[in-house]
Parts: sequence; C-alpha cells; structure tokens
Amino acid sequence: MFVRMLLRAAVLRRGRAAAALLAMVVAAAVATAMLNLYVDVQAKLRREFRNYGANVILVGKDGASLPAGALSRAESVVAGRGVVAPFALVVARTNDGHPVVVAGTDFERVRQLDRWWSVSHWPAEPKQALVGVRAVSLLAPKNQSFDLSFQGHTIHLTPTGTVQTGSAEDSRIYLSLADFVSWTGVQPTTVEVAATGTPEEISSIMRQLQQAIPAAEVRPVRQIMEGEARVLGKTRATLLAATALIILTAALCVLSTLMGWVFDRRRDFAIMKALGASDRLLNGFFAAEAAALGGTGALIGFVLGIGIAVWIGRVNFHAPVVPRFSVLPFVLAGSIVVTLLSAILPISLLRRVQPAIILKGE
Amino acid sequence: MFVRLVYESFRRQKRRKLLAGAAIALGVTVATAMIGVATDIGDKINRELRTIGANLVVTPQEDTLDVEIGGVNLKPPSDGAFLNEADLPKIKGTFWHNNITGFAPMLPVNVTLERDGKTEDLALLGTYFAKQISFGKEEFKTGVRTTHPWWRVSGAWPDDSSRDVLLGERLAASLSAKVGDSLMLSGQEFRVSGILSTGGNEDVEVVAPIAVAQEILGKPGAVRRVYVSAITKPEDAFARRDPKSMSGAVYDRWYCSPYPQSIAFQLQEAIPNSHAEQIRQVAQNEGAVLTRIEGLIFLVTLAALFASALAVSAAMATAIFERRAEVGLMKALGAGRFTVASVFFAEASILALMGGLVGFGAGAMLAREIGRSIFSSQITIAPVVFPVILVIAVIVTFAGSAAAIRRAVGLDPVYALRGGL
Repeated sequence: MFVRMLLRAAVLRRGRAAAALLAMVVAAAVATAMLNLYVDVQAKLRREFRNYGANVILVGKDGASLPAGALSRAESVVAGRGVVAPFALVVARTNDGHPVVVAGTDFERVRQLDRWWSVSHWPAEPKQALVGVRAVSLLAPKNQSFDLSFQGHTIHLTPTGTVQTGSAEDSRIYLSLADFVSWTGVQPTTVEVAATGTPEEISSIMRQLQQAIPAAEVRPVRQIMEGEARVLGKTRATLLAATALIILTAALCVLSTLMGWVFDRRRDFAIMKALGASDRLLNGFFAAEAAALGGTGALIGFVLGIGIAVWIGRVNFHAPVVPRFSVLPFVLAGSIVVTLLSAILPISLLRRVQPAIILKGE
Repeated sequence: MFVRLVYESFRRQKRRKLLAGAAIALGVTVATAMIGVATDIGDKINRELRTIGANLVVTPQEDTLDVEIGGVNLKPPSDGAFLNEADLPKIKGTFWHNNITGFAPMLPVNVTLERDGKTEDLALLGTYFAKQISFGKEEFKTGVRTTHPWWRVSGAWPDDSSRDVLLGERLAASLSAKVGDSLMLSGQEFRVSGILSTGGNEDVEVVAPIAVAQEILGKPGAVRRVYVSAITKPEDAFARRDPKSMSGAVYDRWYCSPYPQSIAFQLQEAIPNSHAEQIRQVAQNEGAVLTRIEGLIFLVTLAALFASALAVSAAMATAIFERRAEVGLMKALGAGRFTVASVFFAEASILALMGGLVGFGAGAMLAREIGRSIFSSQITIAPVVFPVILVIAVIVTFAGSAAAIRRAVGLDPVYALRGGL
C-alpha cells in the first residue's frame, strides 16, 4: 500500500514530479561537476606548472662535479615522477680566442624538461651543436662548422640550429654530453629535476635524492615552487567560492520547486489525514517520497555531472578529469537532505491546518 | 485598471512577491559575483604569476657574449656595452606603463674581499631594492623587492642611497659573517645590513645598491641589464608576427595589445640602444597557465549563470502556479489570454528589475569580498555590467515564467476556480 501510494503519486502527476526531478538532477549534476573539478584542478594545474622546468636542482658541493652515476641514481629516485636532465659547463675558447660557455647535455631530456626553448633544429648526430642566438654571430654567422678548444683539446662542431630563451642559454653552445665528456673530461656539474606532485611529495623526492647522492647539494628552485603554490592556492580558493555559490543556488532551486510541489498536493495530504492516517505515516510518506526523488535525482545527476567534468577537462586541460566516486556519497547525502528539508517544511506548516479547511479550498 | 491589478497584486501578496524577488536577487547576486570574478581573474592570477619573476629583460643592443657559470662572471666587467641608468624611468612612459608592475636594473662587478690579511675574489651585484623613482608627475617605487619577491632577507633591506650591502646566505656562512659586520670590499668598507637567501646564484654573492657597483666599476650610470615584470596577454599567432611586415591598422592593433612581444618592442623604443626580449621560461609558460585558469573560471561562470537562471525560473514557475484561481477569476470576468499574460509579465518584469537591482548590489559586494579574501585586492565590477545583468535578469525571469504563464492562461476557468487541475 505504502509503495503503491508512492508510485501512483509519481505516475499520476507526471508533470510536476518530472519538474522536481529535473531540478534535482540539474542541481546534483552541477554539484558533482564542481566537486570533481575542485578535487582535480590541482593535479591538472601542477602538470601545467611542470612546463616551467626544473623545480629541484642538484649541484656538486663547492662547484665540484657530481660523482659518476649521479644521473642514473637521480633517475632511479625520481622514477617516472618527473624529468631529469644533466648539464655540464666549461668556458672554452673560439679560434680567435673569445671565451664562450659550452654546455653538454642530453637533448632528449632537455626537450622534455625545458619546453620553452625555442630551437630551430635539434641536433641528432654526434659532433653537432646547438648555438645560442647571441653566440651565432660570433661563431657561425654563415652556419658553417667551427672549432672550440678547451685546455689544449680541440673539437670540431657542426651547428644544426639555434636556441633562444631570453636568458643565459642564448650566449652558450650546447652539445651532447657524450661529445662533451670525451672532449673536456668534465663530468656533469648540475642535474635539473622537474618533479611532479604535491609539495610534500616533492620534499620527499628531495630527501631521497640527498640520501642517494650525498656528495650533491639538493636545492629547490624557490621562485617556481612559491609561484606555483600561490597560483594553485588562489585558483582553488576561487573555485571553492564558486562551487559553494553554485551548490547553494542549485539547492535553493530544488527547495523552491519541491516546496511548490508539496504545497500543491495539500489536498492529498488532507484526504489522507481525513481518512485517518497518523502524523507519523504522513511524515513517513512524504519523507520517503522526497528521499526517493533526491536519491534518483542524485544518481542521474552524478552520471551527468561526471560527464560535464570530463568534458570541461577535455576542453580546457586537454586531458579528461578522472571521475571521483568518492564524491558520490556527498552528492547523494546532500541531495537527500535538501529534498527532505523541502518536503518537511511545508508539511509541518500544513499539519497545523484542519483537513476540512484545505479540502474546502481556502 | 491594469496598473491597479498589478499594484494590488504586489500590495496584497507581499510575502509571496518577496520570496520570488528574493530568488531573483539571489540568482542575480551569484551571476554578478561570478561575472566579476571571471572578468578579473586573468589580471589577478597574472599578478600572482609575477612571483615567478620578471618576464622581460632589456640588454644593450651591441653586447658581447655573457661568460658566466654558476654566478661566477668570467667576462671582464668593463667589457661590452651598458645601458644608461638615466633612461630607466622612461620605462614608465611607454604605452603599457600601467601593466609594468616593476623593474630592476642589474650590474654585476667583481670585487676583492680583504679579510685577515687575505684576499678573495667575489661577485657583487648592484641593483635597486625599492628605489623611489619619478617620471613626469608620477612617483613610484621599484626594484628587486617587486620583481624578485622570493628573495628573503634576515636583517634589513639596505636603503638604495646607502652604502649598506646584503650578503648571500652561503657566502655569509663560509665567511661566518653576521648582520651588522663590516666588510672591506675593493678597499672600501661596507656594512652588512642583512643576509639574503634566494636559492640561486645570489646566495654566494654580495648584493649592493647600484651606485656602489657603478662606483667600483668606475662607470657612473652603467647598467648591464634590466629585468621588467609586466602583466601580459597570452601569446597567440598574431603576437608572433613581425611588426615590420604589418600594415597601419594591424600594426596599431599589435602595438596596443599587451603581448610580451609588443611590450618588449616598446621598451626597446623607450630605452636607447637597447634590446628587449621575453624571458621565455616565464613568459611562455604563464600564457599557458593563465589560459587554463581563465578557461576554467569561464566554464564555471557559465555553470553558475545556468544554475541561477534555473533557480529564478523555478521560483517564478512556483509563484505563478499558485495563482491559478486568480487566473480563473480573471478569465471568468472576461479577460482575454493576452490581458492575463500581460499582467503576469508586467509583474515578472517589476520583480526582475527590483531583484536585479538588489542582486547586482549584493553581487558587487560579494565579488569585492571574494577579491579581498582570496587575492587581497579588490574586484570592481564595471558599470557596463549593470544594464547587461538587468537585461539578463528580465529575460531569465520571462523565460522562467513563460511556461507557467502559458499553462495558467490555458486553464479552463471552471476547473481553475474549483481548485482542481
């Protein structure tokens, strides 16, 4: 009987019930999408910030070279949680005696680490070099090959392209680490690490790096870390404010629709009461109805909201937002609370009125 | 008669009108606040991104190569060209001067430290800390404290006109020097006012007011490079075009957009014999971060607008649905569909205008509060938004009422009066 009443109530007044359900679905969808985004936005933005390059730097203590194998040890510590690139620097002389900074590095890794480098053509063969835009006129104005000497050893290099960054790299010559070491005998002095993760994860990576390579000094790149933390914090706070506002509005929308719906059914209420239904049964009936509506709405809305979040992730971050099922209980509980509230409020008002007055239509 | 109908409806149903009006006001509040936040978020995040450092650098046009490894400068300090310090205030005279949050000149020189009879070679960096500069009638403060906000000093920042210096923290540790100590640098005595920590090369350097570095170098007014922090617009294909190949109107549009390229171009015009360039690590990436955050807030604002439109429609639909009996009465007395509908629409527009007015005020306050608590700077809503918000409020209220009004108007008066469906 109870279940049949519930079902008939929904079927008979399809229009109003559908309107209330629609409001609930939309509210739950918007809430789900916002909560999902709020949880995920930090991970998404962190990935963007990794394009700023290294946030941790390993240098040899007191300007010394790093011990052999430092790169592979750093690599095994980071293990998929970021990018690692070695750098070795010396001052060499050109044929006419000008000093110039020459760097040896791993081009494949640099391409991933320093994405802002504007490179015309990356070297692929041995003995090829990347020339900074400011060094071009000095060394290879006609793109010809040139010689560099360091402590009596000479290397013959062919430029493949130029690198432009707007900072120190513009005055340097880059060659592959293998060429660099066989020419100068100097091992990498710096290993740059772009570690991904939360600040806690990054400090744990830094501790592990320090333990793995005790001879190195591990330093954070402070401006990157601080800038990232600030921007992420502010974005999340803004998103939180927006989420709160949107959920509040959506809840109010559900509240007003549902209250209208319940008020509208004061005749059903009066008839049931006149036929001898107890207050408890009536409360139970309307509460069950509201909870069923809230639950159904929340479930449909959740699926819809996940879809919206994934879509926003795709459009804005070019990577889907991972659905968070941990959000579901909150959305479900919130929806049921809102629907219960919007059912109980009018009922408690109606309860004080005599059924006869309602039925007479006043 | 029509006016009286509407007037009486408001006078006699104060509570209901208040509820509907409140729903509209709330919807408009959320919409206004979110629009305010969305239009301003780019600027706000851009300012936050400035903590990563300057995004433009100005160097002399005919400069020799930098020969610098790990903060040790191997280029002879007097070698190469210099910029003139007297030209720097002109940076504030460029078209986008309001977008330039600060600049700091740099002059690295080599000094010898005499201590306990021994000498040691050190790098000294001359710069502005928070120098008072005037251009025309405009007074402003600039220096590393604005452009390099991650620099930390224990002790006190030196005054730009003083002969106090900062000591990098690793240098201070190796010298075991403290705040207040005196140092003999290149034959002159300087007081250490603070210990500087930057996490970069400056940690092993001495940082001094630029006049000190110029005096040691013997070149008054010399500046090696200038770092400029500017609020820029993310670079797009148009920004990357060569200004020389542009025709008049296109050139003007390029010149008057705050792209890193066009601000660099203007800096180059302002400072004689200079070359300005974007620091790609900073400039390129902030564009990406900014685009993402702006896009996100834009989509969220759409969601907020949608939710508030829905709330307004729901409130209006409920309010009209409750008045079926009234519609029945009006129709029974001979009112046409058009008259009934126009009464409701008139009421709806009055509600929308009043709710919109209240909501706009509340939304502006909410936006300001969000700006103050999150970004500690105000978000002001452009007055242009006001009529737009009002129009949106009216449209949404109409759209929300339309379905309910149509149903109410279509009702058979007999049923409506009897109270059935």
